[in-house]
Amino acid sequence: MVQLGEVFLLLAETARSFRHQTPSWKDFLHQLQFIGVKSQSVVITTGAATGMVLCAQTFLQFHKVKMDTATGAVVSIGMSSELGPVLAALMLTARVGAAMTAELGTMKVTEQIDALRALAAHPVDTLVVPRFLALLASAPLLTAESVVVGILSSWLVGVHLLGIDSAYYLVNMTRYTDPQDVLTGLIKSFVFAAIIAVVGCHKGLTCRGGAEGVGRATTEAVVAASISILIINFFLTLFLARIFNA
Amino acid sequence: MDNMIQVRDVTKNFGSQRVLRGVSLDIERGEAVVIIGRSGGGKSILLKHLIGLLQPDSGIVRVDGEDLAQMDERSLLRVRRKYGMLFQMAALFDSLTVDENVGFVLRRQGLESESEIRRRIGEALEMVELPGIGHKMPSELSGGMRKRVGLARAIVYRPEIVLYDEPTTGLDPIAADNIDRLIRRVWETLHVTSIAVTHDMKSARTISNRILMLHEGRIYSEGPTRDILESTDPVIHRFVNGISTPQKSE
Ligand SMILES: Nc1ncnc2c1ncn2[C@@H]1O[C@H](COP(=O)(O)OP(=O)(O)O)[C@@H](O)[C@H]1O
Ligand SMILES: [Mg+2]
Repeated sequence: MVQLGEVFLLLAETARSFRHQTPSWKDFLHQLQFIGVKSQSVVITTGAATGMVLCAQTFLQFHKVKMDTATGAVVSIGMSSELGPVLAALMLTARVGAAMTAELGTMKVTEQIDALRALAAHPVDTLVVPRFLALLASAPLLTAESVVVGILSSWLVGVHLLGIDSAYYLVNMTRYTDPQDVLTGLIKSFVFAAIIAVVGCHKGLTCRGGAEGVGRATTEAVVAASISILIINFFLTLFLARIFNA
Repeated sequence: MDNMIQVRDVTKNFGSQRVLRGVSLDIERGEAVVIIGRSGGGKSILLKHLIGLLQPDSGIVRVDGEDLAQMDERSLLRVRRKYGMLFQMAALFDSLTVDENVGFVLRRQGLESESEIRRRIGEALEMVELPGIGHKMPSELSGGMRKRVGLARAIVYRPEIVLYDEPTTGLDPIAADNIDRLIRRVWETLHVTSIAVTHDMKSARTISNRILMLHEGRIYSEGPTRDILESTDPVIHRFVNGISTPQKSE
């Protein structure tokens, strides 16, 4: 509970930082390169694997009731609004959130954070804000990338491997997938990005006790962010469905 | 008398561990003081209170009349511009080159042209006798070189007060002597207030005019460097000459 409060304080301080200091472009672009550009392979692989298996599994069930052509719709909705954002977020937690905690944690235990403060720089301005912004900018794009690749690979599997008619596959897919599903996915990816960045940075900045402490903090960050993402995803699904259907 | 730093009854606990138990001290502008004490005795903790990196549980830390204990982190950033600090392991930013480390504050302030910043970085590296290593990464440097770069980073923006956390610990005797001379030179040429914590008595002799002894969470004693080094008080005498308390069982 104390930690939850601290995480919100860090979020508030991050917001407040914009009034005191214009974020550094150099740091932002550097983080964007690491978080956005270099996470693509992980996110694409995840998307493709999920799209393929989701397609195959859905087809095997739907085939029994002769609804083969609805497979595309299920994959597309499932990928856009649920699996795409959640799995991309979990992969980003492992790749990016863990790295943030490890890097800031190492800086903390080697007194580099104190050195920063002694040099009249606020750690939130210099370290948290560029990471937060880069993740917020990258996550929706990476999620979209993952979803698109997932749908493409499901089409490949569905049409070329399982023999679903391509035209029906695509027609049903576009008929049943609403813009709301895509929007739900994008909104979720923003929220998840904020969770990953704030939890990752918080665990790093509050890290204690040498190399062992950094290891512990990294594990805790990944677990806390993953669980938060899964729990908050459930509530976001309910909440957004309510808003969109109102 | 021009009191730069006043500390009154500062206490700091970590859980049940009482590290500072009522520290009071005064430091005048332009002094060179050393705070001595046992390892784990709270010297680093005390030093961090002087620059607001840690906040006391109770007590006052007044710098130029402002009480740091009452300030939030953003206000403290302004006060910290007066300070340069050399950390025990130098704490160089390991993702930045030596040049970027030393120029960190100047570039962030952005008040000067890049050529002027380069000139000042060169000057600071010259002062610590490490010219021409600006392109190196901290991981390529020896411990002594890292400390000297840390010193260059701490003085390049002309602070009024320089804090040193065990400047000679972990260095070979030659490198240690080298750092001591540099600290002395920074004090003499830049007219800073110099505050170091250490348990190295040779270093204390070189870099201080006055010594304070931190013992059991309080300032146990203070005086001119020579008086403390020659003190007959048993606690000070044992510390200065490195004599452990006789164990009864031996
Ligand atoms: N962040 C912290 N949390 C808990 N205990 C700490 C912390 N920092 C220091 N301590 C404890 O405070 C005591 C004094 O530490 P320190 O000031 O580093 O000693 P030294 O005189 O060697 O510099 C040590 O026993 C240390 O374990
Ligand atoms: Mg120490």
